Amino acid sequence: MKVLVTGASGMLGGGVAQQLAARGDEVTVFQRRPSSLIGVREVTGDVTDPTSVRKAVEGMDAVVHLAAKVNVTGPWAEYAAVNIDGVRNLLGALRETGVPRLVHVSSPSVAHHGHALVGAGAGPADPERARGNYARSKAAGEQLALAADGPDLAVVAIRPHLVWGPGDTQLVGRIVQRAREGRLPLVGSGAALIDTTYVDNAVDATIAALDRIETARGEALVVTNGEPRPVEEIFARLCLSAGVAAPTRHVPFGVAWLAGAAVEGVWALGKRRDDPPLTRFLAEQLATAHWFDQSHTRAVLDWTPAVGLEEGFERMRQWYAA
Amino acid sequence: MSSRTAGIRLGHGVDPDWVRSVRVPDSSNVVRTWHVLDNHNSLPTAPVGTVLAVHGNPTSSYLWRHVMAELSTGERPWRVIAMDQLNMGWSERTGVQRRLGLRLDDLDRLTEALQIEGPVVTLGHDWGGCISLGWATRNRARLAGVAVLNTAVHQPPGSALPGLIAAARLPGVRRLVTATSPVFLQGTLAIAHPQLSAEVRAGYLDPYRGADRRTGIDEFVEDIPVSPEHPSWDALEGIVQELPKLADVPALMLWGPRDPVFTDLYLRDLRARLPHAQVHRFEKAGHMIAEDAPVATALRQWLEDAIEPGLQNFGQRTSVPGSGADTSVPGAQTSVAGSGAPAPEVSGVSEQRTSVPDAAAGERRPLWAALDERAGELGAALVEATGNGHERTASWRTTSWLALSNDVARVASGLLAFGVKPGDRVALLVPPGADLTVALYACARIGAVAVIADAGLGLPGLHRAIRGAAVRHVIAIDRGLAAARALRWPGRRISVGVPAGSAKARLLGVSVALEDLKNSSISELPAEPGPNDEAMVIFTSGSTGPAKGVVYTHRQLEGVRDALTNAYGLRGSDRFVAAFAPFALFGPALGVPSVVPDMDVTAPRTLTATALAQAARAVDATMVFASPAALANVLLTSVDLAAADREGLKHVRLLLSAGSPVPAPLLTSLQALLPAASLHTPYGMTEALLVTDVDLPELLATGPGNGVLVGKPLPGVEVTLSPLDHTGAAAAEETTSKPDVTGEILVRAAHVKNHYDQLWFTQRNTATADGWHRTGDVGHFDAEGRLWVEGRLVHVLATADGFVTPVGVEQRIETVPEVERAALVGIGPAGAQRLVAVLEADSPAGVATTDLADEVRQAAGVDLVAVLVIDGLKTDIRHNSKIDRTEVARWAEGRLAGSR
Repeated sequence: MKVLVTGASGMLGGGVAQQLAARGDEVTVFQRRPSSLIGVREVTGDVTDPTSVRKAVEGMDAVVHLAAKVNVTGPWAEYAAVNIDGVRNLLGALRETGVPRLVHVSSPSVAHHGHALVGAGAGPADPERARGNYARSKAAGEQLALAADGPDLAVVAIRPHLVWGPGDTQLVGRIVQRAREGRLPLVGSGAALIDTTYVDNAVDATIAALDRIETARGEALVVTNGEPRPVEEIFARLCLSAGVAAPTRHVPFGVAWLAGAAVEGVWALGKRRDDPPLTRFLAEQLATAHWFDQSHTRAVLDWTPAVGLEEGFERMRQWYAA
Repeated sequence: MSSRTAGIRLGHGVDPDWVRSVRVPDSSNVVRTWHVLDNHNSLPTAPVGTVLAVHGNPTSSYLWRHVMAELSTGERPWRVIAMDQLNMGWSERTGVQRRLGLRLDDLDRLTEALQIEGPVVTLGHDWGGCISLGWATRNRARLAGVAVLNTAVHQPPGSALPGLIAAARLPGVRRLVTATSPVFLQGTLAIAHPQLSAEVRAGYLDPYRGADRRTGIDEFVEDIPVSPEHPSWDALEGIVQELPKLADVPALMLWGPRDPVFTDLYLRDLRARLPHAQVHRFEKAGHMIAEDAPVATALRQWLEDAIEPGLQNFGQRTSVPGSGADTSVPGAQTSVAGSGAPAPEVSGVSEQRTSVPDAAAGERRPLWAALDERAGELGAALVEATGNGHERTASWRTTSWLALSNDVARVASGLLAFGVKPGDRVALLVPPGADLTVALYACARIGAVAVIADAGLGLPGLHRAIRGAAVRHVIAIDRGLAAARALRWPGRRISVGVPAGSAKARLLGVSVALEDLKNSSISELPAEPGPNDEAMVIFTSGSTGPAKGVVYTHRQLEGVRDALTNAYGLRGSDRFVAAFAPFALFGPALGVPSVVPDMDVTAPRTLTATALAQAARAVDATMVFASPAALANVLLTSVDLAAADREGLKHVRLLLSAGSPVPAPLLTSLQALLPAASLHTPYGMTEALLVTDVDLPELLATGPGNGVLVGKPLPGVEVTLSPLDHTGAAAAEETTSKPDVTGEILVRAAHVKNHYDQLWFTQRNTATADGWHRTGDVGHFDAEGRLWVEGRLVHVLATADGFVTPVGVEQRIETVPEVERAALVGIGPAGAQRLVAVLEADSPAGVATTDLADEVRQAAGVDLVAVLVIDGLKTDIRHNSKIDRTEVARWAEGRLAGSR
């Protein structure tokens, strides 16, 4: 099968591209800069540019769409351009070229209104009430993608939750970096129960979604390891694997939220492009349970995570030690 | 029928298909428009019959939406007709006050117009209950049953009008609160427990927006007849006089005791008028019981049990429906029985177990038989400590068999003279000892029913228990009398330890002292109570909801005595230390001398090694009955034991540790203190005091397993299991005794309780048609037919991969050295629950360190999403060894949701 993977420079996208290539699919990757992946065809381009998108999807049997603006701050227009208009460009290109399958990679945050998610399923994407520019724009993008599911195009959305693994710069890298600098607080009690996904499992689930698209089409499926843990324990184990002291400083939620709000304001005023140390979104994320009932996802995708948390942390340790 | 609904806002939960507008001429031949909810056209199949539901004041048919929804479903649906009374709800404002007589007439005309076919069951709430009963007496031919929620037909004799209603009726006040302002309406809605949601409140408020729409509420309050001069007095009297017509009609009373208007006094009045009624008091519910409690489910089950079986012959029927209902005996049943189990007795599912014919009483030994036999002996029957509690050498008060027997006979005579009648409930708030024993056996002999609520329930629990048990007399020590006075418990007072006539006695409202009754002249006692007469009400610990009253008949108490005798080979030559409350009462019935040690029996941890040993010495005891918490404290304090006292424990041949599971290490340590004793732990509960038994050698030889080994059924006891399904629910009918199948534990024996007191719904759900008691515990049999207890059914966890029972996992976690105690609880929605271990451990409180979490996960053998350390696990108040897992789960859920 000829598969286009967008956003393959990220950990998950790269993993999906490699895994598909390894099992014999003809893989093309599409992102702004060359991915340096082995055994795949490279097309460089930007999802905000309809022409380059159209060129990339031409002749494909399926597309796995991961390209997105992933961040915690920044102006809305930047998110909308990539995460909404980018999806619109892709869908237009698929229609024009007759590509029949799309796996749209989304995020559980598209349905998260800020309160605790306890054993939740995949709620409907909600661009109005999702928290922060990233989640709101991804919610609108997912709605567009699923609305395009029809006779000529099968679409499934999967929402991997907090993907981590060796080489991750998004989640693990930041946590470890901040812990090293002593800037990693535990918001609230530190007991909020949070689901995460080891990268190999997210890769497998994404490929399972492609393989099972006729069953799964039209749905949004949350993907996790199915092993939620208190946020304090996750931080401690990640730090342990990197050889860094685990955080012990607890910041009351209210303080963290106010601090986050203030920092966001300062960052916006200063037009800084880097990540602020704390945002309201982050404060909520770290103080509020979000874990999911995986039984439906597993049944639909006929998939179970191959790498348990314990094994995942051990692989992290080996990677840091190397 | 028309469907004119203009201007009507349907309340949340009302199906638009139910709504009818019905036009009927009234007695003045003026056509009136009724708003009626009627599910007839939305039923999937022909209804079994019709439930006619009448609301009270200030509600409307909205009250019955849950009942209508529930009865609309299933293979045997019922038609439900719920009208808004005229001048009420969405029905017409007629401009004419509708007094009780007119309301009865209105209802007759409406039901005629609706052309109801087949049997009718009436249902009413508040003053609608009274009206519905009136309709019932006037329509006896098609009546199949009557059900009421909190209601009244009459002021109970000697009681005043409820204060709130009386206040609302004051001149100048009534109209202001009922009509001009919506205070009465909002006040009624505000006393729902828990509070009503905004949309449900709107469902009640919307028909009454605007003072002109509330005139009916005002007139309804005015229409309460308080004296014979009132215009509606005769109509009310008419209903009351006709109630005996309903004596052979199945009746159900569902009651919310937290009702400031219709208190338990009204329930008692109603029960006296319809004594055959089945009663369930939803302890946490109040006046808005239809919102507070699962009324719809209870009603459905009552219709299935008490009404539907009697409907085949409806029409030509003259006898009682339901009385001869065949009770379907579930298919193949197997059980593990102790040797010599009697043939199972078949009993109906009713509030009470069906009685054994009195003819079987030939070989019966009443509770006082042994007392009578030893009546001439001067030896000790009862010994109790009278020290101040902390002295090393307690002094002892000894009561001989002769004195005990004499006191029981005189107090029995004295109670009769005082006015205690057979069947009267008598609360005994007296610590274990001779006074309690005398009062208990005197009550038993004259057929009065002893209500025994111990202080371990806590004052709120005690208050609920006594208030709910329809007590007519109270025998109490000063603290009990003070509580009775402060909390205004019903009943006349008999003091223990407070001389009658003293200033204190007058203050406490005491009529007579037990001491004086002991000097009564012996009169001829009434005939002995029958074996199926109620003998005693005792209370569950309340660890899973409010304490429940458990009713034992004489036969069943005699069964407890016989089970104790047979299980442990008790002989007249034995002497026992009674440090465990339920068994402490049985000494005289067993014909065995007993000693109450120097302790607070309601607080097990007050038993010291010295107190136990000195009690044993006082009678040269051969047996000790105690609870695990008491025994744990005995071990802790055993270093203080003097050599002479230690000697006193050497003749003990049997130690019974009852009340909750006992860890083998505790028993092993006790063996050193009681070298000659064989150590037994019976398994039982308030409802079935003796079920199985295991001894220490067997516990040690068996080692750990999935749960607590409690051993094989005792002689005369049958045990079986209702297997759990994937979600952790127990099968309704299927039973099994196959090894390694986990299920709810079912018990059948002559000494199992008769029924729960005024808890028809609970009784119905815990007693099977063929006489099994559902214990609410879960467990399994092993290959040798021994029972293992795995926890409480309500604590079984429903994960996506099936159910998990807590006890076995907790025991494995407790093998981790740092862990003192563990509770396994579930968080998240049923079916997707995840497991959490909450520990008392030698580690800082909060999320467990990664090292501790690793060890705990290793030991647990199940997938734990979190390991939390807590400073102190919430434990059950009465048995401070039982962990309150429900409370712990709530706490863990809050923490893990990220409580801020």
